[in-house]
Amino acid sequence: MIIVGVGGQGVIMVSKVLATICQMQGHQVKQSEVHGMAKRGGGVFSHVRFGEKVWSPTIPKGGADVLLALEWAEAMRWINHLRPGKGIFISDTQHIMPPFACRSRQRNADAAYTRETPHEILEQIQDGYAMDATTMARDLGNERAANTMLLGVLSTALDFPAEDWRDVISRFVPPKTVDINIKAFDHGREWAELVHENPDHAAEQLRRPEIAPALLSEAGEHDGDFVQLDINVDWCKSCDICVKMCPERCLKLDDQLKAVLHKPELCTGCRICEWLCPDLAITVHRDPANVKASA
Amino acid sequence: MAQTGRVAKTAAPSARPNADVRPLMGNEALARGAWEAGVRVAAAYPGTPSTEILEALSGYPEEDVYAQWSTNEKVSLDVAMGASFEGVRALSVMKHVGLNVAADALMSMTYIGVNGGLVIIVCDDPGIHSSQNEQDTRALARFAMVPVLEPSDAQEAPAFMRHAYEISETFDTPVIVRSTTRLSHTRSPVVLGERIEVARREFDDNPVKNVMIPSHARLRHPVLLEREAKLGKYFETSALTELEMLGRAAGVITTSISHGYVKEVLGDASVLKLAGSYPLPERKIRDFAASVERLFVVEELEPVIEDQIRAWGIKVDGKEFFPRDGEFSPEVVRAGFVKAGALPDMGIGDDVFHIEPTPRPPVLCPGCPHTSAYMVLRQAEARVAGDIGCYTLAAIEPLRAIDTCVSMGSSIANATGMAKTRGMTKTGVEQRPVVATIGDSTFLHSGLPPLIDAVYNNADITVMLLDNHIVAMTGGQDHPGTGKTLRGEQTHRVDYESVCRSVGVKWVRTVDSYDLAAMHKALREAIDFKGVAVIISDRECVIDPVKVKGIAMEVRAESCTACQSCMNVGCPSISWSDEWFDGRHKVKIDPNTCIGCTFCAQVCPSDSIQPGTGL
Repeated sequence: MIIVGVGGQGVIMVSKVLATICQMQGHQVKQSEVHGMAKRGGGVFSHVRFGEKVWSPTIPKGGADVLLALEWAEAMRWINHLRPGKGIFISDTQHIMPPFACRSRQRNADAAYTRETPHEILEQIQDGYAMDATTMARDLGNERAANTMLLGVLSTALDFPAEDWRDVISRFVPPKTVDINIKAFDHGREWAELVHENPDHAAEQLRRPEIAPALLSEAGEHDGDFVQLDINVDWCKSCDICVKMCPERCLKLDDQLKAVLHKPELCTGCRICEWLCPDLAITVHRDPANVKASA
Repeated sequence: MAQTGRVAKTAAPSARPNADVRPLMGNEALARGAWEAGVRVAAAYPGTPSTEILEALSGYPEEDVYAQWSTNEKVSLDVAMGASFEGVRALSVMKHVGLNVAADALMSMTYIGVNGGLVIIVCDDPGIHSSQNEQDTRALARFAMVPVLEPSDAQEAPAFMRHAYEISETFDTPVIVRSTTRLSHTRSPVVLGERIEVARREFDDNPVKNVMIPSHARLRHPVLLEREAKLGKYFETSALTELEMLGRAAGVITTSISHGYVKEVLGDASVLKLAGSYPLPERKIRDFAASVERLFVVEELEPVIEDQIRAWGIKVDGKEFFPRDGEFSPEVVRAGFVKAGALPDMGIGDDVFHIEPTPRPPVLCPGCPHTSAYMVLRQAEARVAGDIGCYTLAAIEPLRAIDTCVSMGSSIANATGMAKTRGMTKTGVEQRPVVATIGDSTFLHSGLPPLIDAVYNNADITVMLLDNHIVAMTGGQDHPGTGKTLRGEQTHRVDYESVCRSVGVKWVRTVDSYDLAAMHKALREAIDFKGVAVIISDRECVIDPVKVKGIAMEVRAESCTACQSCMNVGCPSISWSDEWFDGRHKVKIDPNTCIGCTFCAQVCPSDSIQPGTGL
């Protein structure tokens, strides 16, 4: 079983619950994780293996019986570790956008986030569950219980007594949150039962509606990528504000201490320099026609 | 409610595990083993993946074991040696690169030997999960002629620790127990044993052995060579050397975590599982080689075992098929055997889904006080010599404000070297000011000698001491700058300003890391100052020891001009919203993760970021 998510979501807690419950059923268990970067917003993963004798602590690609994902892009990162045709896929559909994904300052840029939708993925998996566990857990009272809700879904696929699950979960979650986590666990179980009984109905009712594949672009309302900066050197008094405030650092002061655009290829035409220049010395042109007019 | 289980599994043994079996992480199991072996004194400097060992050891009673954080790995090894001289079992723990720092002490200790057993646990990081390289400790152990033991999982770790102390005392040698990230951070059930109490040995009043001057050392070197031969013989019959004869077509010599991968992918091969990679049991290996048709060595990283076997003239396959770089996995080991023709290519592990993964590099936490130092450095267009710690993450976009990062404590001396090139007009002039950035713990680890050097040689540099009051990268450990010991006792707290002044730094200023304007001003003045200037950027880490939470900031969307200046902070709480302005996304702030540091508000040119009302 592979458990994946983003730092702080409880991947390690979920793994400990799984390792403990497998051990309670008399299995040998190895659970492997990597520490260090986990707190710093990176992806976190944990491998849990159980059986009579476990050799390797890690699961090879195509070898996981279960992929439990607490975040959608992480599910996509690990999906090829699932046993083809047989593995059980359980994922929260919530998106945790890394700052890296919102980096482009180009106009009409989209977030660099996985394009696959839960619908597309579930169509290709025999035994797959995608639920908006975060929202459902929030509705129950605490979105941090999303992880135990997903455990509830998983519990219907493993032959362990429900009482053991509740017992182990109560031991590993913070004491104040035992009730909400048990509630979330039961909710996940019921949800999975519903899906088993009537996949279509349950899916329609409870699986999150399709997420828009990409944020709608407003490309049509704007001119193209044309950008030109005019700097009136006579008005520039070398205050350095534009140089310091340019988010792309494409301006500098030249030998005469006048502002110049020294890296035009980086300029995105964001107009910060134009707005902040106290002497109105900078004009950002977006329309080639205007440049000619002012020239 | 009961569903039929749909996960294939083998029949579970009926008996419930007894109370003496507990799931332990490899590091916890190593600590358990040290405690069971009767260790009395333990010292370490934190470093992933080794940190949890001493933390776990400090959970055992104080009357059993004294445990301390040391300022660096060399100090930790020297402390352990002191205890060994006094005749008790001692332990020093470090990560692989820590052994470089401690190597000087180790190279002498191997000549001296031990009185009380001395074990050094070194955790390697194949795959470089959290380090600056993936050097192989086994090669260094062989170089130092120190035996190295390599448990293959947590279950074996306690027994290996007990053997390590026995070997240390029997053969009069320090012993390295080598772990790797995968072993250190894998949890598996471990059978708990009892602690054995080992009587203290009398101090060995023997200068010829304990005082390494040339005339003594010359006598000791032959002793080492003898010891190597004796240890090789010992491992012929040691319980830690395990021979499993199955098929004769392929025989595999392996050790450590690689053993699990070999068993996983080539279950019908005969396997000689070694206690460690040095010294090797030659007779045993020769016999094994003769008993199989084809001999493999499967070892992560360097061909340490393979080279020794080859030197004996035995035909063996190894690094031709199994890579010398990166971490092993069942996939890698399988691919090696496939390439060697020992396994058919079944196409296992081919991608079914073709998905471009979303990049998610680690980032500085929301509100991380290190952020401001790099924001102002980026604007100052300084040449920045970085160091080891969380703040190294500022080397990547969007902060991208670190130019070099070498090893613990390198920054200040690197900066001195950079600054000394500034006066060389004949080679072309480089004007950018030189700044070293170094964390509090790294500064105490090995930043002080280069600071003294910089003052002594009158270097024109600025040092930013990023004091977040903790060793953050490894999960929040105390150090001499926190005023607390490993066991949480109050102790003297280092005052950085007086340390800097006392070594001759004339310009020192402590600035609140959250005050961007003050940071700017301090940096400008420090750069203008001719000579060594030290800025202490002072703010506690936002997650350790206490999770800091303030009023979350909010974006006033109506005035946001989507300029993305706040995105330059690199804060994980800030992302794009669904609203647009002039072809770009406006931004939003996640109130659950924002801690209210106000960096984004301080850079917002339209004042659109304000403390929220949501709390």
